[in-house]
Amino acid sequence: MWPLIKLIPHNTHFKFVSFARLAATLSIIAVIATVVGFFYPGLNLGIDFKGGTVLELNTGAKPVDLAKVRGALNGLSLGDVQVQTFGKPNDAIVRFQTPAGANPGVVVTRVKGAVSQALGEVTYSRTDVIGAQISDELKIKGAGALLAAIGLMLLYIWFRFELQFGLGAVVALFHDVTLSFGLILLLRLEFSLNLVAALLTIIGYSMNDTVVVFDRLRENRRKYKRMPLRDLIDLSVNETLSRTVITGVTALLALSGLAVFGGESLRPLSIVLLFGIVIGTYSSIYVASPIILLWGVKKDDEAATPIAPQPARP
Amino acid sequence: MLALTRWKIFLVAASLLFGLIFTLPNVLPAGVLPAWAPSQRLNLGLDLQGGSYLLLEVDTAALKKERLTNLTEDIRTKLRAEQIEFTALALVGDTIGVRITDPAQVQAAYTLLNNSLGERLLSGGRDVSVQTAPDQRIQVKFVSQAANAAASDAVTRSIEIIRKRIDALGTKEPIITQQGATRIVVEAPGESDPEKLKAVIGKTAKLTFQMVDNDISPEDVTAGRIPPDDELLANDEGNPPAYIVKRRSVVTGEMLTAASAGHDQNNAPDINFAFNGQGARRFAQVTSENIGKPFAIVLDKRVISAPTIQSAITAGSGQITGRFTEESAHDLALLLKSGALPAPLNVVEQHTVGAELGADAVKAGQISILIGAALIFAFIILAYGLFGGFAAVALVVNGLMIVGAMSVTQATLTLPGIAGLVLTLAVAVDANVLIYERMRDEVRGGRPPMSAADAGFKRALTTIIDANVTTLVAAIIMFQFGSGPVKGFAWTLFIGVITSVFTAVLITQVLIGWWFRTFRPKALPIT
Repeated sequence: MWPLIKLIPHNTHFKFVSFARLAATLSIIAVIATVVGFFYPGLNLGIDFKGGTVLELNTGAKPVDLAKVRGALNGLSLGDVQVQTFGKPNDAIVRFQTPAGANPGVVVTRVKGAVSQALGEVTYSRTDVIGAQISDELKIKGAGALLAAIGLMLLYIWFRFELQFGLGAVVALFHDVTLSFGLILLLRLEFSLNLVAALLTIIGYSMNDTVVVFDRLRENRRKYKRMPLRDLIDLSVNETLSRTVITGVTALLALSGLAVFGGESLRPLSIVLLFGIVIGTYSSIYVASPIILLWGVKKDDEAATPIAPQPARP
Repeated sequence: MLALTRWKIFLVAASLLFGLIFTLPNVLPAGVLPAWAPSQRLNLGLDLQGGSYLLLEVDTAALKKERLTNLTEDIRTKLRAEQIEFTALALVGDTIGVRITDPAQVQAAYTLLNNSLGERLLSGGRDVSVQTAPDQRIQVKFVSQAANAAASDAVTRSIEIIRKRIDALGTKEPIITQQGATRIVVEAPGESDPEKLKAVIGKTAKLTFQMVDNDISPEDVTAGRIPPDDELLANDEGNPPAYIVKRRSVVTGEMLTAASAGHDQNNAPDINFAFNGQGARRFAQVTSENIGKPFAIVLDKRVISAPTIQSAITAGSGQITGRFTEESAHDLALLLKSGALPAPLNVVEQHTVGAELGADAVKAGQISILIGAALIFAFIILAYGLFGGFAAVALVVNGLMIVGAMSVTQATLTLPGIAGLVLTLAVAVDANVLIYERMRDEVRGGRPPMSAADAGFKRALTTIIDANVTTLVAAIIMFQFGSGPVKGFAWTLFIGVITSVFTAVLITQVLIGWWFRTFRPKALPIT
C-alpha cells in the first residue's frame, strides 16, 4: 500500500480560541462591508426578483447585427433595452423590463416579432419572462425560505443540544449567509432563484459542519468535567479538524468540476457554493464555538460559567 | 456492528439490485430489455430536454367586470319590458345603481328584479342581492360567495378548454395543472414555438353575432354619441374602420356544435360552422326578421366581417368569411371548436429552452459529475487507502440508487438538480470520513483494530444522523419555496442524502466486515 496522504497531522493542538478575537474582528468587518454593499451598489437582481424578460437568440451563420436589433426595439417603447452578444458573434442576449401595466406575455411576443423582422432567420434558444407580480411573490418567498431554514436549524440544535449551542449555530448561519451575499455583491453576480437555492444549501452544509464540532464538544464535556470551556472547544475543534478538512476538500473537488465544466447557467450557483463551503467551515470553528464561549453553557448541573466577570451583589 | 448478519447482506444485495434494475433503462436503448423489466428513464426537466413552461393567470377582475356589465344590460332589458321608467342606471364599484322615475313603481321594480335577476345558488337564495335605497333607488350586486364560485368555475373551465386546444395542436404530452386559486401551469416538452402556443392558449375566442345599428350616423360616432345599448367595435377588414353594433348578441359561440376550416366559391379560406337547436332557431328568427340588414360576426370584440342578410337562414349552419389565411382559418376553427375562455388569460411567467441548449446542459452536467466523481475517488483513496476504495464502492452504489430512485419515482431532474447530485457525492463521502476519523481516534485510544472499527461505526452514527438532518431540513424548505428547477435541486438533494447515509454506513460496513473475516488484519489500513 502507498502511504496515505495526511492533510492534517493527527493530534494537533492549535489554539483556535486565542485567535477568536482576531477572527471576530475580520468577520465583523466583512459583515459590515456586506451590509454597506446592500445599499450601495446593491444586489444585482435577476429577472426572478425584479421581473422582466431575457431572450437568447441565434442567427445561424451570420453574426448578429446589434444595431438593427436595437433599432427595431426602440420603436416599441420598452424603456431600457440591453442587447449584447455572448459567447459567439451569432449569439445575442436581449434583456428588458416589461413596461408597468403591460402584459409580459404579450410584450415578449411583440419583441420577438420585431427582432425576427429586423434580422430575418432567428432561433430563440431561451426565453424567460417573469411578471412583476410573480417576482414580488418570489422575493417574499425567498426571504421567507432563508429565515425559515435558519429558524428550523435553531430549533433542531436547541432540541438536540442546548439553547446556547443553537444560538451559536444561528449566529454562524447569519454570518455565512451574509458573507455569501458579500461575495455575490463583490462579483456582481445576478441574484436569481438558483442563488437562493445555493444559500439554502450553504445553510445546510454550514450546519452540518457545526453539528460535528458540537457533537464532539458535548462528548468531551462529559469526558473532561473539569476542563475549562475554552480548552474544551480547542480540543474538540482539533479532534474534528482532520474530518473538517477532508470533507471540505471533497466538497470543493466535487463542485470545482461543476464550476469549470457545468456551463454558464450553473456557474454562479457553483461559485457561491464553493465559497459557502469555505466560509461554512470557518464559521463552525470561529463563529459558532466562540459564541458559546461568550454565552457560557451549563456544565451539567452546575451554574452557567460565562467568561465575563459576574457583577457583585448589592 | 461488523458482524455479517444475514439481513445486512440481504439489504446490501437488495439495494444494489434496486439501483441496477432501475438505472439500466437509462443506459440501454429502448427495446433491449424484456417487457417485464422497468422501462422508466430519468424524467428530465424542461430546462434539460427543452420545452416551454407557461404560468397563466385567469383575469378574474375582467371576469367580474363582464358579469357586472351583463347584469346591467339585464336590468335595462327587464325594466324596459315591464315599461318601468328609470334613469341613472350605472355601475359604481361593485354595485349597480338605478333610479326609478315613478315612486309608485319602485316596489314593482324591486319585486321584478329580485325575482328574476341572476341564478339560484346551490346553497339556496340567489347569487344576486337586490336592495332598495332612499330617493327611489335600487341597488344590485353579486353576493361575494357567488363571485368566488364564478372565479373558481372559470379556472376549471379554462383548464378544460386549454387542454382541448393544446391536444388539437398535437403538442406531445402537455401537462396542465391548476396552481393556487387563479393560476394555471402549462408545461409543453419538446421543440414547439412558445409564441404559437401562447396565441392558441391565450385567445379568448369569444364569438358573437350582433346586429349592426344603422340608425347611428358617422357624425354621432365622432361626437361620441353612442346609445348605451350600442357599442363601437373595430373592423378587422379595414373598411369601414369600425362598426356600431347592438350590445345584445343574437347568437354566441357557445351555441356552435361544429367549426372547420374550408374554402368559399372563390377558393379563399373560410370557416364552416353549425349551430345547435337553440342557436339555429334564434338565427333563423333574426335573419328572417332582418332581411337586407347587415349583421356583424364579432371575435373578441373585433368585427371579422359584416355580411348583409340576403335571406332567412334556417339550416342552422353557415360560413364565416373574412381576411383569413389558410393557417389563421384553421387556428380560428380550432379555437371555436374548443369554446371560448370564460375570462382572459394572462401569461405572467414563461420559460422556454431550446432542445439543443437543453442537450448541451445535459452534456455539461454529465461531464461535471464524472469529473467530480473521479476527483473524489482519487482523493478518498489517497486519504484512506483500502477503506477509501470501500467508500468509493459505496459511492457508486449510491449513484445507482439515486438514479434508480429518481427514475422509478419519475421525479424531475433539472439543471440545478445536477448540482444537487454533485453535492450529494460530497455529503456521501462525509459520512465515511466521519466513520474513518472516528476509527483512527479509537485506535489511538488503544483499542485493537476490530473493536476500533466497530466503535467507529457505532459512535459516528449519531453525528452522521445529526449532520444530515440539517441538510434534509434545508432541502425540504427549498422544496416548499422553489419553482420547478429549484424544486428539482431540493428533491435530488433529499433523495441523495437518504441514500448516501444508507450506502455510506451499510455498504462500507459489510465490505469492512468481509475484509476482517477474510484477511484477519493486525492493523487498520487507515492508521
